[in-house]
Amino acid sequence: MDATEIGLWGVPLAMLGGAIRVSTPFIFVSLGEAITERSGRINLGLEGTLVFGAMTAYAVAVITGSPWLGLLAAAAAGLCFGLFHGWICRFRGVNDIAIGIALMLFGSGLAFFFGKPFIQPPAPDLPAIPFGGWSDVPQVQAALNINVLFLIGAALAVFLWWAFRNTRAGLILRVVGDSSDAARAMGLNPNTVRLIATGIGGALAGIGGAYLSLYYPGSWTEGISSGQGLMAVALVIFARWNPLGCFAAALLFGGAGALGPALQSVGVTQGYYLFYAAPYILTLVIMIATSSPSRSLAGAPGELSITK
Amino acid sequence: MTERFMLSRRDLLKTSAAGAALGLASASFPISRAFAAAVTVGFIYVGPKDDYGYNQAHAEGAATLKAIEGISVVEEENVPETVDVQKSMESMINLDGASLIFPTSFGYFDPHMLAMCAKFPDVQFRHCGGMWNKDKHPMNAGSYFGYIGMGQYLNGVAAGHATKSKKIGFVAAKPIPQVLLNINSFLLGARSVDPAITCQVIFTGEWSLAVKEAEATNALVDQGADVITCHVDSPKVVVETAAGRGAFICGYHANQSPLAPEEYLTGAEWNWAKVYKMFVDDLVAGKPLPNFTRGGLADGFVKMSPLGPAVSEAARAQFDGTLAEMMKGGFSVIKGPLKNNKGDVVATEGQTFVEAAIELESMDYLVEGVVGSTA
Repeated sequence: MDATEIGLWGVPLAMLGGAIRVSTPFIFVSLGEAITERSGRINLGLEGTLVFGAMTAYAVAVITGSPWLGLLAAAAAGLCFGLFHGWICRFRGVNDIAIGIALMLFGSGLAFFFGKPFIQPPAPDLPAIPFGGWSDVPQVQAALNINVLFLIGAALAVFLWWAFRNTRAGLILRVVGDSSDAARAMGLNPNTVRLIATGIGGALAGIGGAYLSLYYPGSWTEGISSGQGLMAVALVIFARWNPLGCFAAALLFGGAGALGPALQSVGVTQGYYLFYAAPYILTLVIMIATSSPSRSLAGAPGELSITK
Repeated sequence: MTERFMLSRRDLLKTSAAGAALGLASASFPISRAFAAAVTVGFIYVGPKDDYGYNQAHAEGAATLKAIEGISVVEEENVPETVDVQKSMESMINLDGASLIFPTSFGYFDPHMLAMCAKFPDVQFRHCGGMWNKDKHPMNAGSYFGYIGMGQYLNGVAAGHATKSKKIGFVAAKPIPQVLLNINSFLLGARSVDPAITCQVIFTGEWSLAVKEAEATNALVDQGADVITCHVDSPKVVVETAAGRGAFICGYHANQSPLAPEEYLTGAEWNWAKVYKMFVDDLVAGKPLPNFTRGGLADGFVKMSPLGPAVSEAARAQFDGTLAEMMKGGFSVIKGPLKNNKGDVVATEGQTFVEAAIELESMDYLVEGVVGSTA
């Protein structure tokens, strides 16, 4: 087989490569949101945090020449957004969903405003590790060029899954998320726990944004996110608040997103709008198949405003 | 007067909050239009004006007007194709005294620009597109547009010489006639070098979708395409992704060679500077502005990026030869015998369609050699 002619193998390969390339922002945002929602709050503002993180990372990388400083700055900016959300929501009568929407618009707007001078200049990329060296096929090598953030995201998913069950911090988070009264009886302050959880969630979303602007697609434009932050928030429910589920769902979305272009590239060109809708159809089907009118969603934190 | 001043202050706050660059002096004198001899021209963009793409092409045209004495330019970017654009136009007229406005995005025309035409009959509006119709639309409105298909044909000539795999790729937004003509022209240009070349097209479905454009570019390179071009609003992502994978690039809308100086072959660019200058010259001279203006390469509406370092001598010779042929006028990209990629004849032997041919504006096919489908 000629090395440049991979034919139909291009489809599974593109889906694998796409899953790895596209999923990373979904992984970080959904893991961050999983932490936040496990504490009983929902932060819809992560879309804004993602966009602001992307801008901050790119801008700092342009100015300092270091993508790692950019990543750090994005995480810090995300942390601030998260803490802000958590702080406002501790006041009586504040609706976390409404605040989230406000922060989503605020984050995007602020990113557009400060990001203006950074659309043109190029920034250094985050490094990728070539895992495809064993293969002679350039397409395989390209697909297995894996960014370090993806690996960190995968490790983080496993760690969170373990930590939710097996650590004191995980227990505290779950108690606060399931019952404020029980948490107070244990001497915990639910607001403080939620503040920290939302802050960490924001920081992770900021890192997701840094991946977008500093690796793939790797430039700062105002349309860089196209709703990925919102989708990642939805993924958390889809994944039943389980970090491993979040990781799997993110991979699924990434792979499904690569399906449309890959199929067209091998000549399956009819009905590509339908292929582009595939991830959403899949989500709907799974949601319908797994929900029941007689019980609430399995795994849902009891204090979450959308499930109460 | 008081009321008018109130309005202007509110609008000033609104527009400065949006980050628009407004001349303070003109903003505080809303009726300066009546006294000033200078002409103010307004430009409205749907995206950022430094996007390496569609909006940058317009903004570069606007920038050349700023150098002309007595002309001041006001611009607003990221204006959605909603009632927002009406507010932008109104503030440009009321606050800045704009007497000529160029709303540059397709969706600004109906109903937004038309509403403003009725409200401000003394102000001239010219929309980028081909929608103005003498029977339906007011005389202070108008359309201007360029034929860029031949630019993509020349891109194809450069691509045809550069490709080793005989496979070239096209990342397209939506299967509308202008995009289809660009795809067909790109392939036909490449086939003028080697008739065995095929062009793979991937539609992303939207004008600006960074991640999908990157995925599409990767998929094309995975399938062996080694020269990539595109028709999306901002080619930046496509250019950077393709260059990262080692493919050559033909640009579109504006000059993207700074993004990939080694891999950039050439590009089909808009030359709006020429069009805008033409309108403004007429306005200053007090002549009526044309309502319907179109032109292509030979008319200076479209230009090519300088050839990159990867372009061979043979390619350069054929490129220059074809360009010279086109500059004479009357060149036809679409000419018979020609079949579409389903095998139907779209042009019979001896049949030619020049770039202004009305038939090309309803193009709904991809020619033989393009791998892809319009639906």
